Amino acid sequence: MYAKVTQLILIFLISPFLFGVINRIKAFFAGRKGIPLLQTYYDIFKLLRKGAVYSKTTTWIFIAGPIISLSALVCACAFIPFAGHRAFFSFEGDIVLFIYLLGLARFFTVLAALDTGSSFEGMGASREVQFAVFAEPALFLSLAALVRITGTMSLSDIFANTTINTLTTLDPAILLVIGALFIIFLTENSRIPVDDPNTHLELTMIHEVMVLDHGGIDFAYILYGVAVKFWILGTLLMSIIFRTNSGIVFFDYAVFIFGMIVLAVAVGIVESIMARLRLFKVPNLLIVALALSVLALTLTMRI
Amino acid sequence: MNSWVDLNIIAIVLMNFMMLSSSRIRICIRVVAIQGILIGLMPLLAGVHSTTYASLVSLSISIALKGIVFPYLLLRALQKADIRKEVEPIGGYPLSLLMGVILFLVSCWLSSRLIYAKPLFSNLVVPVSFATFFTGALIIVSRTKAITQVLGYLMMENGIYLFGSALLGGQSLLVELAILLDIFVAVFVMGIAIFHISREFDHIDTQNLTELKDWVPSKQE
Amino acid sequence: MNFMLFSPALFILSGLCALLLHKYNKVSNCIGAFGVVTGCIAGLVSLFNAYTNPESVALSVPWSIPYGSFSIAIDAIGAIFLFPIFILSAVCAVYGLEYLRHYYGKKNTASAWFFFNLLIASMILVVISRNAVLFLIAWEMMSISSFFLVLFEGEKKEVAKAGLIYLIATHIGTLFLLVMFVLLGNEAGSFDFNRYQITAGGLLPSIIFISAVIGFGTKAGFMPMHVWLPEAHPAAPSHVSAVMSGVMLKTGIYGLLRVITFIEAPCAWWGYLLIGIGMISGILGVLFALAQHDLKRLMAYSSIENIGIISMGIGLGILGISTQNPVLAILGFAGGLLHIVNHAFFKGLLFLGAGVVLHQTGTKEIDVLGGLLKKMPVTGFCFLIGVAAICGLPPLNGFISEFLIYLASFKNILAEPSIAIVSLGCIASLALIGGLAVTCFTKVFGIIFSGEPRSSSCQNAHEPGMLMIVPLIILAFACVAIGISFPFILPKADRLLADITGISPDLIRTVLSGTMNPLIYITTAGLLLYSGLFLFAVLRRMLLKGRTIDSVPTWDCGYAKPDPRMQYTASSYVQPIVDFFKGILRTQKHGCELIEYFPDSSSFKTKTSDIFQENLFAPILAFIHRCAESLKWFQHGKLQVYILYILFTLVALFIWKL
Repeated sequence: MYAKVTQLILIFLISPFLFGVINRIKAFFAGRKGIPLLQTYYDIFKLLRKGAVYSKTTTWIFIAGPIISLSALVCACAFIPFAGHRAFFSFEGDIVLFIYLLGLARFFTVLAALDTGSSFEGMGASREVQFAVFAEPALFLSLAALVRITGTMSLSDIFANTTINTLTTLDPAILLVIGALFIIFLTENSRIPVDDPNTHLELTMIHEVMVLDHGGIDFAYILYGVAVKFWILGTLLMSIIFRTNSGIVFFDYAVFIFGMIVLAVAVGIVESIMARLRLFKVPNLLIVALALSVLALTLTMRI
Repeated sequence: MNSWVDLNIIAIVLMNFMMLSSSRIRICIRVVAIQGILIGLMPLLAGVHSTTYASLVSLSISIALKGIVFPYLLLRALQKADIRKEVEPIGGYPLSLLMGVILFLVSCWLSSRLIYAKPLFSNLVVPVSFATFFTGALIIVSRTKAITQVLGYLMMENGIYLFGSALLGGQSLLVELAILLDIFVAVFVMGIAIFHISREFDHIDTQNLTELKDWVPSKQE
Repeated sequence: MNFMLFSPALFILSGLCALLLHKYNKVSNCIGAFGVVTGCIAGLVSLFNAYTNPESVALSVPWSIPYGSFSIAIDAIGAIFLFPIFILSAVCAVYGLEYLRHYYGKKNTASAWFFFNLLIASMILVVISRNAVLFLIAWEMMSISSFFLVLFEGEKKEVAKAGLIYLIATHIGTLFLLVMFVLLGNEAGSFDFNRYQITAGGLLPSIIFISAVIGFGTKAGFMPMHVWLPEAHPAAPSHVSAVMSGVMLKTGIYGLLRVITFIEAPCAWWGYLLIGIGMISGILGVLFALAQHDLKRLMAYSSIENIGIISMGIGLGILGISTQNPVLAILGFAGGLLHIVNHAFFKGLLFLGAGVVLHQTGTKEIDVLGGLLKKMPVTGFCFLIGVAAICGLPPLNGFISEFLIYLASFKNILAEPSIAIVSLGCIASLALIGGLAVTCFTKVFGIIFSGEPRSSSCQNAHEPGMLMIVPLIILAFACVAIGISFPFILPKADRLLADITGISPDLIRTVLSGTMNPLIYITTAGLLLYSGLFLFAVLRRMLLKGRTIDSVPTWDCGYAKPDPRMQYTASSYVQPIVDFFKGILRTQKHGCELIEYFPDSSSFKTKTSDIFQENLFAPILAFIHRCAESLKWFQHGKLQVYILYILFTLVALFIWKL
């Protein structure tokens, strides 16, 4: 029990750190010094100290959006394993609840965006739901492939079974799932090549434009929610790729956290060397993820 | 189960999907080239060839042709013809990708219905060879540029080669060489044709070739 | 049992009274609604009685109609359908009381009440009847009364057309039912349901099943027999649409389930068929829904989507029975049946909410609405719950039923390949449906209730009276309550599942108790979610205490003259998806592209018509029309010749019988 609470606290504490890492890597590639590693924490605390500014158009949905999204994401944290140790909650089929909690967060982010009546935010919301239409089946199918590979049905069991040994046998199905999950990870977290978190033009944004009108505490919630979501989806990847099973709990934790930092570095590198896709090409990318997971499933059917 | 063989096969399938989803002709040419090399290496990885002199010669010829000569010729044709370097699929990329997935599933189903005389080195190799063959056909059907059609033929050849190397083992040398020769001539002729078409018409879009037909429906009657 | 009959009798009686008193609008209105509410309460009481002592719930009286007998009974399958019928009808009657007030003097509201009460009475009779003749009579009464309700505003051309399409479609369905019952009766030598027992094997069970799928599927709205739905639902008054969509469609599902219980062992391919129909109805239903501009038409398509989900669940259940896989059977049926109840609640809620919007603004065109949440906060809140529930979001009721179907599928992706592939197909389709439903309903809520009003029609909108609000609140509460309390409800469903699947109750209890663990966790997660919500809201309030809160215009990039009509519209919101699926949707676009820098005024509109209507039924109907054309000489209006026809027929019959 204590271990599980520790896990949750670790997730809540560390997740904003990863954005600092990404920013540092990008700064490194651009030849800049970069912002402090703890900048996300500073931002969140600064925002929490601020008052509020609301548009005359908005209603309570606008305020409720970030609150509900954050609670959904925090709730989803309770279902993801940490360093291969069982999650706070786990049950047969928690995959469905997990994905739908992410869906709930998205649903209210989108409604809050539409609540402003701004065309920009409507545009961002439209893109967000469009990509989710393809990303959700891909996520379901890649997790279904893992269910078939491991023969278990909860996130905790799956990621306790896909140990590093499975990876070293070079099971092609797992490699394909990793590929699919990485694409979904980038899409759901609005990173390059799907969305550029640093873009400056409202017309080209996706996630950033949806939260354009939020400020103060609401925005702090959103920022923190984004960080938690990054961790959640990153866990799906890193629990397969990068963790040990040494028996010493804190060593495992440390290795896993290091793995998440490696993931952040990878994202930073991708963002530094790749350009954004044109918007109408994003569905292609997601269909590639879908194709990879279907392929992985086909492999599990035959072997 | 030899995992390197499986990885290689997966890479071949991924090449199929890349071919269907990438928009640059240059990338497509390279994808087909790499796929050709991977397929050429397959017998070595699987260890089905007794490393006889003849089979090694066959391997190196096919790899050299498909991995170096053809891409070189095609890239040169591309450069000479000075065409737009984008593929234009009929029906859009998502549809071709979905078709690719469906064709792969169909191939799996088809291969599960075949009865093999001897055990294969991987139970994935036949479905993948079918899928590669079908993807080549899909490329020919759904892309409009002459050069992508050549690429489609090359992919079909890749599929046939893979199938041959899986089923026939070392005895496929003659068949292989004959097909390779065909393809070689095809690429050569296409290269020249593309060059001339583009000089005459300023494009190599095969859709516009329909204008060359004799009979034109008149609107008056 | 007699109490059970009391409720339809009350409906018919009060309907007749309302009709008699049609001169006095208010009185007839009140009598009609009062009859429904008391009848529903009586029904619920008798349902409860039937649950506590199931022996006392059958009645069979011989009847003078050939092959007919007036035999009725309540069993668990009937009860699961009666429950939403009673609740939704009562709620809709209360709502209709105020909704119809608008039509005083313009319309004969008394006849609306008469047919409404008749509709509910016949639905109940359909569910409790145990004789094929009685069933068909009730079924026909249901069709006719709903037909007249659709024609409530029959002077409008499109309403008349909708009514006609509905009438034709429902009778084509009845034709197949007739064939099915005759086949069944021929085999059993009786038309009483308790004699129907078809042994497996041979072609007969399959023919019966196919007729049932077509006949009942037409009523339920399986694609491609759904064409009447998007026409009829927008035409009917909103409380009637709610009843039609919420419970009347489900009588089709009821019929299908009932027929399955007649047949000893279902074939596996029936399951595959239903799953296939479910996938097609689900995906295409929600795709067409999101391309619609008319709010109620959109809801009608979304009903097709939900029927698809139900059909998937039932299909998985049948597959489970035929492959002797109790987990699949029980979870599939449980998911499908729960979705029937859930859909009655949230779709009822959404239709009633749409009715409020229509009532207050006079339009159901999504693109001219906007900003209604400020004017109708309570309606908006309830609508939001309905929208979240229909998207299957936790912790509301829609999630639970979809979860059961997901669970049935996930538990079987490790099974033999054919079942595994079907399960994966279900998972993928449900995920796709979920994503598309989120798009569709964020569009509905975001465009109608958020932002600024897009036209003057929203200016005078305000919260309706209590009679229209309270039904919304009740249904919204039901959505939340089922979502949280489901683990306590499921164990009570063992008898129901035993009746349908034929699996022994002990085994069912074992499987259900295995399912309890996930459900309890879901409830826990739901409570966690609510408490998180509370926590963050309180934290926000505490932090904001004493700080300044400004009110400014929305960020518009420095644009000087923002206008509500510049907001993103529903059409632009879904445009990327509609374009992506243009091969299926075939959306027609009319209007010009803007090329010049300072274009003149121009217009743009899109229309997404039903592909099955356009490409399947229209050609068939045109063909029939052409054939009928050549028989026209037969029909010329001369009375004498008609009498001659009759005479000829009589003589011919006489000679034939000689």
